[in-house]
Amino acid sequence: MSETDNSEIYSDVPAGTHPAYASPAYKSTILRAPSRPLIRLPQTLTEVTGPRPGAETVGPTLADFTKCHGGEAVGERIIVTGRVLDEDGRAVPNAVLEIWQANAAGRYNHPVDRHDAPLDPHFDGSGRVTTAEDGAYRFQSIKPGAYPWKNHHNAWRPNHIHFSLFGPGVATRLITQMYFPGDPLLPLDPIYNSIPDAAARARLVSTFDIDVTQPEYALGYRFDIVLRGRHATPMEQ
Amino acid sequence: MPGLTSSQTVGPFFHEALLRDGQTTLVKPATQGVRIAIEGIVTDGAGAPVTDAMLEIWQANGAGRYDHPADTQDKPIDPAFHGFGRAGTDKTGHYRFETIRPGAVPGRGNSLQAPHIAVTLFTRGLLLHLTTRLYFAGEPLNDTDPVLALVPDEAARRTLIATPVAGTAIPTYRFDIRLQGDGETVFFEI
Ligand SMILES: [Fe+3]
Repeated sequence: MSETDNSEIYSDVPAGTHPAYASPAYKSTILRAPSRPLIRLPQTLTEVTGPRPGAETVGPTLADFTKCHGGEAVGERIIVTGRVLDEDGRAVPNAVLEIWQANAAGRYNHPVDRHDAPLDPHFDGSGRVTTAEDGAYRFQSIKPGAYPWKNHHNAWRPNHIHFSLFGPGVATRLITQMYFPGDPLLPLDPIYNSIPDAAARARLVSTFDIDVTQPEYALGYRFDIVLRGRHATPMEQ
Repeated sequence: MPGLTSSQTVGPFFHEALLRDGQTTLVKPATQGVRIAIEGIVTDGAGAPVTDAMLEIWQANGAGRYDHPADTQDKPIDPAFHGFGRAGTDKTGHYRFETIRPGAVPGRGNSLQAPHIAVTLFTRGLLLHLTTRLYFAGEPLNDTDPVLALVPDEAARRTLIATPVAGTAIPTYRFDIRLQGDGETVFFEI
């Protein structure tokens, strides 16, 4: 018996949850999606383990994006909170979330962003939080604006916030985007609509929550993130 | 049972949020093991460099142990080596890491895996990240590695083998990634 026989592996991803690599309505996939089918790799110690980077690698906690370089960012203040769970509903503690977004005008603090909308000297638009024992995270920011992206005629990305998560293993690594309820651009967005399963798509839309909303200060949104769960079966076939 | 959260692309604007100085150097002065560098370029289906990609690597230490609670092997942990690195590609699609050569780790059952590094690739145009593995040319354990054995086509298997670069200060291995087309890298579903 090798010592890995009792390790747990992560369960399969349900069909339709993740977008297909080749999603031609999103033009950048045309030359970047692999043309050959992926080879299924039964998880080993390499995939069930994974990075747990500390602040020295990803940077210190930064949970308030609204105050920057000695001033207050412009725009509608928001509080975003939720839990990181696995598919069995168990909390994922100590998960690092790296977060980034456009400013209220729909402009990223990034040299490649040429959108003719103002930069905000008091908004960098990125930060990092770590989940608590119960999987909860929370940060405050400014509601990001929509921005044009030239994928097709009159193409605008819906308001969104990017999230990058380290779960417990390589197999749970996730980068996703959170959207806002009632956004009229959602039905028109090839990135959002690349997700085949409608229920999975809907899960990327945060919910407005009056209980998270802080009186006289900021609107509250709730966004839970669910990572792959564990099969308690041995790695032995 | 809550439903799994779907993947979306990292997009082109991640650099300020995700890349920091020092992430491409996995070694510290006290790290145990043979220093190596890994470098290469990422290209698309037209052979053009992918200038806005992010690579992450994850590997065992020099003794073949992962710095992770799920690795319960009776091998030493190296307090000066975690095993995670992250790099962006530059204007020519090039990336580089400085690390150590990982030891061999067990595979399923009683198998032994050849020394390898898990490579995860993110970029605009990838709605879900890609996963591949880097193995080392000339490593005898490659012949019996259970994951390389999943790739029957010889030319495809070669896309997983990093090759030595001549005339470098520290042993350097070249590992190019081709997203699509001729010489397309083998990617894994894990
Ligand atoms: Fe974006």
